[in-house]
Amino acid sequence: MTEALQSSPFRAGRLGLAFSAGLVFAAGLVLSGMTQPLKVLGFLDITAITKGAFPGLWDPTLAFVMGGAVCVTLLAFAWTQRLAALPVFAHQYHAPSLSQIDLPLVGGAALFGVGWGLAGYCPGPALASALLSVDALIFTGAMLLGMLICKSFLSKKAKIGS
Amino acid sequence: MLANLHPYFIAAIGGILIGLASWLLWWGLGRIAGVSSIASEVLAAPTHPDTWRWAFLAGLIVGGCLLGQGLEIPTLPTRPLYLLIPAGLLVGFGTVWGSGCTSGHGVCGLGRLSLRSLVAVGTFMAAGMITVTWMRGTA
Repeated sequence: MTEALQSSPFRAGRLGLAFSAGLVFAAGLVLSGMTQPLKVLGFLDITAITKGAFPGLWDPTLAFVMGGAVCVTLLAFAWTQRLAALPVFAHQYHAPSLSQIDLPLVGGAALFGVGWGLAGYCPGPALASALLSVDALIFTGAMLLGMLICKSFLSKKAKIGS
Repeated sequence: MLANLHPYFIAAIGGILIGLASWLLWWGLGRIAGVSSIASEVLAAPTHPDTWRWAFLAGLIVGGCLLGQGLEIPTLPTRPLYLLIPAGLLVGFGTVWGSGCTSGHGVCGLGRLSLRSLVAVGTFMAAGMITVTWMRGTA
């Protein structure tokens, strides 16, 4: 397995495909307006729905983005493994293994949501606009630091637990 | 061309592209396109010999920069530093602790019909909406 991973056409294929996926992902984010924090905050501002005729001052754009994306991933995750026993440039599908609804899941999502509501950036759009906007760059720096802090907090907890 | 289309239609096309990118990564590498997981794994092990994560992030950053400039997406400052920095710290900490963000739990997790992701999406959407509503009250 490691031999195949190191063979150069296989390696080049993996990198080329991952880079292309990143490009298409970015194109989707930019096109849909998700790299503009004000549009995201306009979606999260749900109480604005009462201001005037539906949808009032609420901006439902993000719902269309999520809807379009999830329509595709529903097909993707239902079909891909039936059509191809193995990924093209890998030796297995790495599906997430966790299944419990626990405090880290809910607590983490809640903290993320608060940060998202404060700035209007989530990780994808922040990285996709990091070279264009000083705000996005500062946010991204703080986000990476937050990730490192959580990683070290989790590894300390794991040591105490074992 | 784009200007003639309804913004909701363009948003859905953008969403479809995000979904197709996630499909590409699953079909090609068998990996979930979760931006927070990919970024935090690169931070934890930057010299890992399998460099697909770096390639994905490079595509995301370069693609966002080129297309953002091409389409002249406004990049006006939106939030003061005393909000941007805590917001970034919370997003970074929360997405690692909760194992995902809008892409990993939202786009991929909902597509996989994961109950965990559904709970996460409901939680971060609600927390985001409450935060924005509360900010509006204090501003």
